[in-house]
Amino acid sequence: MIKNIYNLGDAALYCDFGERVDKDTNLKVINYFNDIREKKITGIKNIAPSYNKLIIYFDLELTNYKKIKDTVENLDISTFDETKTKLVMIPVCFDDEFALDLERVEKRVGLGKKEIVNQLISQKYFCYMTGFIAGMPFLGDIKEKIRLDRLETPRVKVPKGSVGITEQFCNIYTFESPGGWNIIGNSPKKIFTKDQTKLTLIDPGDEVEFFEISKKEYSKFNE
Amino acid sequence: MSKNSFKVLRPGINTTFQDLGRDNLYHVGLPFSGAIDKRNFLIANSLITNKDDDAVLEFAYQGPLLEFSGSQTSIVITGNVNFKIIKKDTSEIKGECYRTYNLNNKDCLDIISTEKSVYGYLSVKGGFQINKFCNSYSTTVRAEVGPNDGKKIEIGQTIILNTVNSAIEKSLEYLNSKIEFIRVIKGTNFDYFSEDSIKDFTSKDFIVSKLTDRMGMRLSGPKIKNLKKTNIKSEGLGKGVIQVPADGDPIVMLSDHGTIGGYPKIAVVISADYDKLAQCPPGEKIKFKIVNLTEAENLYKIYTMETKNIINKIR
Repeated sequence: MIKNIYNLGDAALYCDFGERVDKDTNLKVINYFNDIREKKITGIKNIAPSYNKLIIYFDLELTNYKKIKDTVENLDISTFDETKTKLVMIPVCFDDEFALDLERVEKRVGLGKKEIVNQLISQKYFCYMTGFIAGMPFLGDIKEKIRLDRLETPRVKVPKGSVGITEQFCNIYTFESPGGWNIIGNSPKKIFTKDQTKLTLIDPGDEVEFFEISKKEYSKFNE
Repeated sequence: MSKNSFKVLRPGINTTFQDLGRDNLYHVGLPFSGAIDKRNFLIANSLITNKDDDAVLEFAYQGPLLEFSGSQTSIVITGNVNFKIIKKDTSEIKGECYRTYNLNNKDCLDIISTEKSVYGYLSVKGGFQINKFCNSYSTTVRAEVGPNDGKKIEIGQTIILNTVNSAIEKSLEYLNSKIEFIRVIKGTNFDYFSEDSIKDFTSKDFIVSKLTDRMGMRLSGPKIKNLKKTNIKSEGLGKGVIQVPADGDPIVMLSDHGTIGGYPKIAVVISADYDKLAQCPPGEKIKFKIVNLTEAENLYKIYTMETKNIINKIR
């Protein structure tokens, strides 16, 4: 299942699952991630799953690249357990105040605001990974009609809660952060919870669906 | 009796609680964090006879000015730090790093600046009265998690100390040495870059820019030219990973880095040299040298052995 394993520096294993970025490849990554976590292998300190890669960090005082590579290559990996995933509903306000890049998106994809919003909220999304900033979900795949490149010059500060699209993906900026995605709305929902037993609402493998709320509902959301 | 505490009269530029860092949360977007200079962190806790994983206050460039209230406490500062203790009677003691001091009620600790380095550490006997978040005392400011509500230390706040009665008297002769090269291992996209750029990367000086904090260090120097593609599919990052964005200026990921990134990885700083790189202040010149995995592993063994030997010399 893993195509190639390399070392990333002296304290991490870089597992490559192939070039493709799709749900099938990503589910393999998530399977490995879940299994390795459950097996609690000595010396492994952290695991970062992404679209088609899995990076495993280990403690160089306890183990080394060769040992962890041997272990990972000989793992018996179970298949993806769909029952462990959930559907998460996320409210989004598309008011002009929040839709910072709406004009750009309209111009690039040749659709009006209403149609762009409808395209975005008319389906469920798969969560490929979370990260960059705490809890940020990378969701896909969005309809071909509303796909476009990221901004030429990234923003220094994207407001917290911003909902952005780029290429085949959409995401939610869980914190204020630099970023280059096209921002078309904002969600008042707290996605990174700081509840130590359950830090995020959305985990890799979960499904996410957006629903539209008005500005009034948005401002009342956290009251 | 009221508890021992520090009143923050000046917070310093970037003063946070740190420990050995937080494991197992990359997948939700939380990096390791933790003290950037692990060796100086460990020495601080050893000198003050705390546990290895007790929290310290890490400061960068300018440190805090703290007024002590309570019966008595022992402190130590590690790194290359200029500091003084202002006694209640306004007499001043010039501080020496790697030496413990006792503070009495209303003494002030003025951590003026780090010298030719970035980070310094303050450890207090018994530690601070703070709570762990997901098994760690490290504050990750960007995600607003960890002690002090996930924030830097702020002016006017009170930091409560755990009260212990023993006065500590210990010291250590130690000099933070510089190394000629920062050693790196080839990154997973090493072959994206032109031959000339690889030559530049391993022979020319790079300068640490002002765009440097606990998240990352931007370098300037010869532009690194990418022949293949300037973006890769977003994937995990790690401490010491050197990414090169389209502008050709390398960025080294430091302990609070974003956990996912989409720029090609030219190299990764070896674990043994991470402390020394992260301590290079803006304006400092650095040179990279490529080593292989076996060399890096051996250098790390030497590094941990050295740290142990230093700690064994504490009197």
